[in-house]
Amino acid sequence: MDFNDTPQEAAFRAEVQTWLAANVPTDAELAGMDYIGRAKLWQKRKYDAGWACIRWPKEHGGRNATAIEQVIFNQEESKFSTPDGIFSIGQGMCAPTMMTWASEDQNKRFMPPLASGEEVWCQLFSEPAGGSDLAALRTKAVKDGDDWVVNGQKIWTSGAHYSDYGVLVLRTDPDLPKHQGLTYFFLDMKSPGIEIKPIRQISGGANFNEVYFTDVRIPDAQRLGAVGQGWQVALTTLMNERASIGGGGGGVNFNSVFELAQSVNLGERPAIEDPSVRRKLADWYVQEAGLKFTGYRSMTALSKGEIPGPENSIGKLVGAPKQQDMASFALDLLEQAGVIWDEAHSERAGMFQATYMASPGLRIAGGTDEIMANIIAERVLGMPQDIRVDKGIPFSEVPTATS
Amino acid sequence: MNFEFSDEQNMLREQAQTFLRAECPPQAVRTVLDGDAPFDQSLWQKVVDMGWTATVIPEEYEGLGLGYLELSVIAEELGRSLAPIPFSSSVYLATEAILLAGTEDQKMQWLPKLASGEVIGCLADAEAGGQLTEAGLSCHFAEGKVTGRKIPVADGDVAGLAIVIASSDQGSVLLLVDLNQSGCRRQVIKTLDPSRSHAEIEFEAANAEVLGVVGEGWQCLQQLYNRAAVLFAWEQVGGAETALEMAKEYALNRFAFGRPIATYQAIKHKLAHAYVKNTLARGNCYYGAWALASGADELPLAAASARVSAIQAYYYASKENIQTHGGMGFTWEFDCQFPYRRSKLLAVNIGSEALWQEKLIAAVEAERAA
Repeated sequence: MDFNDTPQEAAFRAEVQTWLAANVPTDAELAGMDYIGRAKLWQKRKYDAGWACIRWPKEHGGRNATAIEQVIFNQEESKFSTPDGIFSIGQGMCAPTMMTWASEDQNKRFMPPLASGEEVWCQLFSEPAGGSDLAALRTKAVKDGDDWVVNGQKIWTSGAHYSDYGVLVLRTDPDLPKHQGLTYFFLDMKSPGIEIKPIRQISGGANFNEVYFTDVRIPDAQRLGAVGQGWQVALTTLMNERASIGGGGGGVNFNSVFELAQSVNLGERPAIEDPSVRRKLADWYVQEAGLKFTGYRSMTALSKGEIPGPENSIGKLVGAPKQQDMASFALDLLEQAGVIWDEAHSERAGMFQATYMASPGLRIAGGTDEIMANIIAERVLGMPQDIRVDKGIPFSEVPTATS
Repeated sequence: MNFEFSDEQNMLREQAQTFLRAECPPQAVRTVLDGDAPFDQSLWQKVVDMGWTATVIPEEYEGLGLGYLELSVIAEELGRSLAPIPFSSSVYLATEAILLAGTEDQKMQWLPKLASGEVIGCLADAEAGGQLTEAGLSCHFAEGKVTGRKIPVADGDVAGLAIVIASSDQGSVLLLVDLNQSGCRRQVIKTLDPSRSHAEIEFEAANAEVLGVVGEGWQCLQQLYNRAAVLFAWEQVGGAETALEMAKEYALNRFAFGRPIATYQAIKHKLAHAYVKNTLARGNCYYGAWALASGADELPLAAASARVSAIQAYYYASKENIQTHGGMGFTWEFDCQFPYRRSKLLAVNIGSEALWQEKLIAAVEAERAA
């Protein structure tokens, strides 16, 4: 056991470090740009030098890198504060689906600009009536000549407002059982009939949208997989979702709460000297360290060219509630000042308050805590699926709140 | 990055699993729990014959000269089978203490006997009544003799050698005490986990030999705890996995309201959370094993992380295993009691969760101050 790179990995890491040191954009370069402009500038620069989406095939804009090389690149890139955040869904979820199901010509057309950041993609799956029960979606597509005509509503679509393309699952036959009547497409987000409305979150941000479809036409050539095969195609996307949504490592973590406990008093002494504070911190430390070393085990498998075991599936289920609990505890440590959420007056410019308000979303996005626990029970421990009362009956006859 | 056991170490694991499945089924634990024998003599002899007690002892002292990663593998499997033998006392504690602080003569005298199983070793640290402290030690050493009372001492009834922490006029000291002498009175005591025997030992001017340096006994004991904590943590993770496995098997086969209880989210989520805790503990145990095997400065932090998370994982899995079994889990007839008892024994034996949480944060502070 050791933490060292193989000679080959070390050489790759050095090459990455050298390139990053010379090319990460300076503050001056980014001045005056919004977060989209910043992210696009950095992505294009990586692409032009051959450092974008490095695991992808060369002809699609990547460099045929191995999984461990991707991990090394990510580790090195994360040492800088580079602009990001708008490409992860397109590159991490839409692209693997396209590469599995789209034609070679389509991939030649769409993958390079997705890698370069010139085109941004989003994913339109969830609906008001289909969240955790994703396959219960109702947005309809009806065949009309060489097109499909789409009507309905999607929700929780991150980045719909700045996206050029999107992938979506639609109901093409409501008389088949739930999972069988679905078909998968990609579409131009500037198509006529699409209306995008931002959703304001409790954290104050508006990263998600409602997307309304009124007679939107999608060419049949943009169908991925066969008619009725939509659920199977969607699983390709979802398998990559958990890989691209992390455990929420940034923001409030052991270090920030430990340092806060050193700087504030509890009674007559620094909070860090209080045994109850120390015990809580120790618990969070072992969770963070446990996740880190579990990640190292997965990295080892990647380094050997093997597929990591199921152990990484715990990341989000541990990380998201931990962030919430730590932020809550930090606010308690701040006593009455804990309620102040004002950059000018808050500790760390309001980071603890911001995490407190954002963490409920972390526990829901990409699979709620409850869904994640189900996934672990079913796919890792091999326990049976929940009993489903909608199994085998036509989707149009499945009971709903309004029926 | 190579954060995984080697192929050879995994082969050792497979051998250990095959051996323990055959030689240490739950009935073997029950026999010791219910009977008068202090441990499973036949299993112990086979473990000795396979050389497990000699794992990390260097070849010049008639050991196998293997490393702590190999011993970690063995510890996990012994924990998984809840083996009712004095392995941890003799190997993680007594052998480690001599490796850590023994003179050449002491090593020559004791290590071959510990390796061959001729002598069983134990650690006599606790003196009942709350947390052990250096200032509170009542066992006293003077002029080559130790006097005082130790309770509970795991395997103290069957051991031939005790490592004893005592006070002296020059500060605390670790001692080697041959238990087969008239100055040692031993009595078996009842504990929460009768599958592992414990004793009260009274020393009355018993002959004792200094192990290490007089005045540095307490410090040395802490180093010993750090090393043992990693190995105990592996046992705890192994045991926690057994508890989870038992709960899962039962849930798959027990029907209520017309379906297996494994289809209910209340049960699925409980077991998913046990898997999460076990996986976190395992990750920390890997780090502990690495730190122990490589002699890293990070050992205090790594050991505390492994121990705290392993205590939490084993407690959760063992209590929820009983809960998943419902009323049957509360019966003497079912095996759910074994991991529940063992998890608490291993949670307090070298210092409780609270003590190790404190050690963990102290280690973080020390690391940052450096």
